[in-house]
Amino acid sequence: MVTRRWLPALLLCGIALPAWAQDRSITLASTTSTEQSGLFGHVLPIFARDTGITVRVVALGTGQALDVGRRGDADALLVHDQAAEERFVAEGHGGPRRQVMYNDFVLVGPGTDPAHIAETHDVAAALLRIAAARAPFISRGDRSGTHAAELRLWQQAGADPVTGRGQWYREVGQGMGPALNTAAAQNAYALTDRGTWLAFRNRQDLRILVAGDTRLLNQYGVLAVSPQRHPHVKAAEAQAFIGWITGPAGQAAIAGYRIHGEQLFFPNAGSPG
Amino acid sequence: MDVQDLGSAFVAAMALVRHGDPDMLAILGLSLRVSLAALGIAALVGLPLGALLAVARFPGRRAVVVALNALMGLPPVVAGLMIYLLLSRSGPLGAWGLLFTPQAMVIAQAVLITPILAALSRQVLEALWEEYAETLRSFGAGPWRAVPTLLWDGRFALLTVLLAGFGRASAEVGAVILVGGNIEGATRTMTTAIALETSKGDLPLALALGLVLMVIVLGVNALAQLLRDAALRRAG
Amino acid sequence: MLPIEAEALSYAAGGVAILQDVSLRIEAGPPLLILGPNGAGKSVLLRLLHGLLRPGRGRITPEAPTRGAMVFQRPVLLRRSVGANIRYPLALAGLPWAERRRRAAAALEEVGLAALADRPARRLSGGEQQRLALARAAALAPPVLFLDEPCASLDPAATRAVEEIIAGIAARGTKIVMTTHDLGQARRLAGEVVFLHRGRVVEAGPARPFFNGPASAEAAAFLQGDLLW
Repeated sequence: MVTRRWLPALLLCGIALPAWAQDRSITLASTTSTEQSGLFGHVLPIFARDTGITVRVVALGTGQALDVGRRGDADALLVHDQAAEERFVAEGHGGPRRQVMYNDFVLVGPGTDPAHIAETHDVAAALLRIAAARAPFISRGDRSGTHAAELRLWQQAGADPVTGRGQWYREVGQGMGPALNTAAAQNAYALTDRGTWLAFRNRQDLRILVAGDTRLLNQYGVLAVSPQRHPHVKAAEAQAFIGWITGPAGQAAIAGYRIHGEQLFFPNAGSPG
Repeated sequence: MDVQDLGSAFVAAMALVRHGDPDMLAILGLSLRVSLAALGIAALVGLPLGALLAVARFPGRRAVVVALNALMGLPPVVAGLMIYLLLSRSGPLGAWGLLFTPQAMVIAQAVLITPILAALSRQVLEALWEEYAETLRSFGAGPWRAVPTLLWDGRFALLTVLLAGFGRASAEVGAVILVGGNIEGATRTMTTAIALETSKGDLPLALALGLVLMVIVLGVNALAQLLRDAALRRAG
Repeated sequence: MLPIEAEALSYAAGGVAILQDVSLRIEAGPPLLILGPNGAGKSVLLRLLHGLLRPGRGRITPEAPTRGAMVFQRPVLLRRSVGANIRYPLALAGLPWAERRRRAAAALEEVGLAALADRPARRLSGGEQQRLALARAAALAPPVLFLDEPCASLDPAATRAVEEIIAGIAARGTKIVMTTHDLGQARRLAGEVVFLHRGRVVEAGPARPFFNGPASAEAAAFLQGDLLW
């Protein structure tokens, strides 16, 4: 018990590190799409001003973020894979799940569009054309929310891209940005959330080819990690965050975030999930 | 990425430095503090360990040396993952609450570079010990007493060892992004910021940050070299 | 410490016998010079007597980790100042700080290096380095001082300076035990002689009779400058 107190204290003393832990702060495990699109940079300062609570964001894939929550290493989660979120709640790791906002996924690809998917607005048809043409497609392959959505879309289209694995179907196992960097370099198709796409700078020849299909809806949910499972979590602050982001102030802040005049996320906490 | 991007990266790097961008300065400051703290801890452990291995003869010594040399090549992600599992709230040291803090990054970097400092200092000090051994034994100093002597008399060579450790620590990204979480304003370092900007496709900014980091590391090396030369002139 | 008694020492390295059945007695008195052709085992004998090597057979009394102090043919100076080089073994010997200062200053004065006390030791010339090594050993005030070819790589002027220092140390009562291949130097310094040949003691005794009329054919040939092996 003595060393348990003593060692971190030693680490602290020897090292003049800044006070990283403000009195009131929570750790939010979230997705690369929300972080890299710049949404948090816009919304969280408003929350801090309103409540005095700092939110420290660890941006991961949804699957990883849920794992961080399971281990008790975050106080709240903001992710986008409803099925996985409901499993998390059912297993008693936290919850209840509240829906926060949505945006949409888009299929991007090279301007040359070798599979001719720009002609259709049906995402299932577009995926079938890509598979038929054996045109290069970059998959996240990282258990993220976008990856889960992509697999769901393939299933709905009735195609199994795994047969093309290693050839035209390429799983990078990385975040959205690196996957887009890869797609740009290889003139490949990819599924991305619109927020990351709008903030993404290295597009080269990539452009949006399919968008607007209702099946491309990208719903975000928010959950608190269970204080019963993990007594150290900052339950009150986490609840304050969830209440705020799903309340009028937070919803207005989300609606107010724009890139080049374009709204990235659409608050929908009020509507039934 | 083409030549034009390189040019704009250079321009962006100049702009970052000229305007003293406060976010970047904070990130830079954290990077230096974390790496220097890790270097300090690693030096406290690694240099005496290297000196001991240079002078001591015991069964299994070769095995320890081989293990240290192998640990020099420990993939940072593996080290980071082990520390992540240790420091996680569900891990054995979870009660410390250190995951996603600068301290966790210090631990990760220290774990990564301690074998480097120990292995390199062993090499450097073994040569010195070969030269000193007979004289020190003549003075009645055994291997244990020789350790501080070697560390002091090898100080100029050890400075190079420390710089190698610092370089590795400050360039590291795989472990610190895992255990630090790349949290803006808390655990974002130069290398994790570079990784983030690369993800966002802002390659010129990523490269600009990389240039700044390189200049800083170069500056630290130059400063150390100057100090070494000055001290060498006085002390031989 | 004195007398040091070596009885029937044998020493071998890598299966090659270097010393065989060497017995000698070191008593207080004038310098003892160990002479003999190259490869006779002079350096090994010094190291055995000082304690750096353990004999394969035989024994040396008194038993101790090391006996006296030693200066090597090529002195190893610490990467420190001239003064710090002298103070280092004094600190190991457990002398208090002030006493270390006092002795270091006196020792440097004696070997004419007082003005260089703050210089890096390893920047000194070869002769200065050997004088510093002598001062460093002498500052310990050892009862016996072993010197292994201390002038082997020095020019005549430096050799003369080192010999004067050695004579001074001997005059203050420290027993000098020294190897050399320089017969002139041996004649100048020796009070006693041990003549080694092929790892054995061939002659031992006072210096003057040895140089005037050696008893053995080997020593006679050696003194005439013949090659011995």
